[in-house]
Amino acid sequence: MPHTTAFARNQWYVAAYSHEVGRDLLGRTILGEPLVFYRTEDDGTAVALHDRCVHRRFPLSESRLDGDRIVCGYHGFTYDTTGTCVYVPGQKRIPRTARVASYPVVEQDALVWVWIGDPALADPQVIPRAPHLASPDWVTVSGMEPIDADYGLLVDNLLDLSHETYLHGGYIGSPEVAETPITTEVDEGAGVVRVSRHMADAECPPFYAKSTGIQGRITRWQDIEYHAPCLYLLHSRIAPVGVLPEADGSDPNGFHTEITYAITPSSDGKVYDFWAVSRDWATDDAEVTEFLRGNNHTVVMQDVDALNLLQKTLGSERGGYQELSINIDTGGLAARRILARLVEEGAKPVEKVQ
Amino acid sequence: MTAPTGEVYRIDWLPGTDILHGTCHCGREHTSQDPIEMWEWMLAHPRGHALDEPQGAGT
Repeated sequence: MPHTTAFARNQWYVAAYSHEVGRDLLGRTILGEPLVFYRTEDDGTAVALHDRCVHRRFPLSESRLDGDRIVCGYHGFTYDTTGTCVYVPGQKRIPRTARVASYPVVEQDALVWVWIGDPALADPQVIPRAPHLASPDWVTVSGMEPIDADYGLLVDNLLDLSHETYLHGGYIGSPEVAETPITTEVDEGAGVVRVSRHMADAECPPFYAKSTGIQGRITRWQDIEYHAPCLYLLHSRIAPVGVLPEADGSDPNGFHTEITYAITPSSDGKVYDFWAVSRDWATDDAEVTEFLRGNNHTVVMQDVDALNLLQKTLGSERGGYQELSINIDTGGLAARRILARLVEEGAKPVEKVQ
Repeated sequence: MTAPTGEVYRIDWLPGTDILHGTCHCGREHTSQDPIEMWEWMLAHPRGHALDEPQGAGT
């Protein structure tokens, strides 16, 4: 039995980076629902449809576009951008039930968000923001790794950065991460968990030493903002030890890095790990960009390998195994609880107001 | 996702100790060395918020 966390429906999820959605059909499975994405020819709007032809369930993502219509690659059933079937082969009458579901899509901050749940409840205003991803003042490297692990394991991983010391030693980890106490805040109504770890005097891990050029020890701040269920922001600030922001709030001597993750459950025991590292320093230095791209990819793959292994291990355990939580888990426990609430809310039938 | 509600729970891990210090959104405070026990106390609000526990200024 695989280890699984239930899915929270009636929520927005990151389906893709904007640059991934174009005139080629893109298939992604989100919360167990197979979806196909593409962009219209005229105005470039992103479209999301159910990725199964109503006829014999052929994946539309393995088919082709004719203008803004998808022509099923098996028997030619043709769908418009709303999912309505506009052509079937060999006959004039198109059955009334010949349509595939279309999904609300919002493109924002270089991300394509899709609503999984009752479309009538989709409110784009509640989508959390990650403006640095599309800002000209920041340079971003990014990627996406599918992990064969329950999305709850990725949430656990990201909410407790003490693992950096052990899993990512020699990259982003240093002894002080695991040693420094955290502060955890939960904004219940907003569904946000904040975990802060401020290290006054820490070793500079190679990831930052090589990219920033800082020699010696650093002041290192990690401020996590997890907007459950999907968006995770880690505001990272490093500076030579003792160098703090100015009294007026400006921070000319700090190096700011925004680490963004989108945690998008795919099917049971599988998750899409979207990762991005954005910086406001050395923005015109291509060498730093390539260093951060390669180094961060290595770090992400260390997590991917660990979570693949953990999922496999948990799957072979007998039911009812025990865990042990300690102080470092305070934030992760908060996130689990918020997710459980969202799962419960998403499972309730909603009365629609006409 | 929506605007913050002001209903904020806070847990500080006191530097140099193993102690967690929690402040409920109502201002009641609690200490513990177990995050699970701490969240149980916090989320039971107002149940179990014993009167002898200090009531801070609120959040």
